[in-house]
Amino acid sequence: MDYLLETRNITKRFGGLTAVDKVSVGVGAGEALALLGDNGAGKSTLIKLVSGVHQPDEGEIWMSGERVRIESPMDALAAGIETIYQDLALAENLDVGANIFLGRERMRRRLGVLKVLDDQGMRDEAQKVLDRLDIHIPSLKKTIRTLSGGQRQAVAISRSIYWDAKVLIMDEPTAALGVAEQKKVLNLVRTLKDQGIGIILISHQMYDVFEVADRLAVMRRGVLVGERVVKDTDPDEVVGLIVGSETVGKER
Amino acid sequence: MSDTRPKASAAEGRGVMSYLRSRWILVFLVLEFLFFCFRSEGFANLSALQMLLYYGVLVFLLSVAELFVIITGGIDLSLGYILGFASIVSIKIIQALVAAGLDPALAVLAGVVATLAVGILPGLVNGWLVAYLNVPPFIATFAMLGVCHGISELIINGVYAMGLPKLAADIGSGHLAYLVPGGVLSFFRKPVVERGVAVAEIVPNIVVATAVVVAIFAFVLARTRFGRHVYAIGGNMDAALRAGIPVKRRLLGVYALASFLASLGGVVYAFMYVSGKADAGASLVMDSIAAVVIGGASMFGGSGTMGRTMVGALVIAVLDMGLRMSGTPTFDKYILVGVILILAVIMERYVKERE
Repeated sequence: MDYLLETRNITKRFGGLTAVDKVSVGVGAGEALALLGDNGAGKSTLIKLVSGVHQPDEGEIWMSGERVRIESPMDALAAGIETIYQDLALAENLDVGANIFLGRERMRRRLGVLKVLDDQGMRDEAQKVLDRLDIHIPSLKKTIRTLSGGQRQAVAISRSIYWDAKVLIMDEPTAALGVAEQKKVLNLVRTLKDQGIGIILISHQMYDVFEVADRLAVMRRGVLVGERVVKDTDPDEVVGLIVGSETVGKER
Repeated sequence: MSDTRPKASAAEGRGVMSYLRSRWILVFLVLEFLFFCFRSEGFANLSALQMLLYYGVLVFLLSVAELFVIITGGIDLSLGYILGFASIVSIKIIQALVAAGLDPALAVLAGVVATLAVGILPGLVNGWLVAYLNVPPFIATFAMLGVCHGISELIINGVYAMGLPKLAADIGSGHLAYLVPGGVLSFFRKPVVERGVAVAEIVPNIVVATAVVVAIFAFVLARTRFGRHVYAIGGNMDAALRAGIPVKRRLLGVYALASFLASLGGVVYAFMYVSGKADAGASLVMDSIAAVVIGGASMFGGSGTMGRTMVGALVIAVLDMGLRMSGTPTFDKYILVGVILILAVIMERYVKERE
């Protein structure tokens, strides 16, 4: 399978610590890859390499069959790689439209000369992308503060999709949500897959992984210790990979 | 979408009380105004109202400045002494230009422009300290307060700055229009009339100028990209950064803008009182921060509007004028502003909880 986003032997060292050690992993279009590992296994560092927060010491990043240089978060966004962190990075005092267009506000001309914020236009565009992802938010004029955790997550995801994300990296998307809301977010992940988005899911929730992921990759101490197709494995084996109770060296 | 409509009308159905609760400060303003109308004779007439706005302009200008800063989650303690500094600088520059033989009108114009240019500097330093060196706004602007105070005193050597051309005083105390009984209307220049003929003065120049400035900055805050970024920074600095908003440049801009408005206030002060002094705006920082908070803004940033801030500033202007006219010492005002400020914070929390 051709990968949409792929790392090849990517390595990152912090002083004497090798946080990510020659990791080659990829995600295809319309596929969800779960990235698993205990705390400190190197998942976050790997994600930060791909999203431009850190620069790799060695190795390459490929996007849609071409090698890309990602030296800043802006480079990652330009390449179509969006990361949704747990804190969602929404301005809670602004409405849905303002958040989707945050930093890239849409303006319109008034009286020919004055450029003013096109709030209605931004809300209309927001509504379109929400509809496309089958997300229901009662009023787009309400501030993010008045929305539920799941709705906020949906807004953050909508923003990425609106700005042409091809790969969406989601860091513990369901961690802070109630059960009903978790289901909605997982449904949203399925919708995104159907629309050809590649998804990298970081999660500790084994249920989420088995519910929506197609493949999973397990890291331990900076090394990729195993990859599995989800329907060919089970939670016990995965937990074994994460904590290292199985011999997995033969894998590779 | 459709399921929100019944809810909205139900909220309306709860009626006047809920509406009034969310606009309690407007109710407070009206009650306050009525109180002074009954308490001091002559409070409720047109000329007293104009006086109220006239003496309120400095509070209005500094409230606008403070609003921008507070929305970003900061505070600017130096604005009052930047105002004092600018009042002195404007007089010194205009004096020098007149002494150099420049036409007074030109000297006044050039002096104002030069003062505003100089007046941005303290704000640029504040903004640089806050945005680029991560100095807490409270500390950065507190230090700047001292610096401006000191420099001002050095310039004037402990006395007032004085000696503006008559033109400046005319602008400062003049009105937009004058109406002579019998229907003669003249603009800007007070007509010469026989003794004893009352001339109706319509809107002080400075009030008109302030209204224009307030309108411009209300537009900037609510309708421009810069304004949106100011709210975003106060709402979630991290989100603003990650959304690619140039947060540091914006913060620099906000403190410079505040400093610009304070120096505009300094020029206005000089024209109003035909003098300049270091502590011209000493009590205005408390007034303007109070106006913004009474207007419902949070000191944590992210909230506050121009309209509500102006209502907050009016509450203070009415109090100020009301007390002056009823002959109460001005110290009472400080106490009352403090009390209203605390009341406002408690009321805002109460209103939020009810919603």
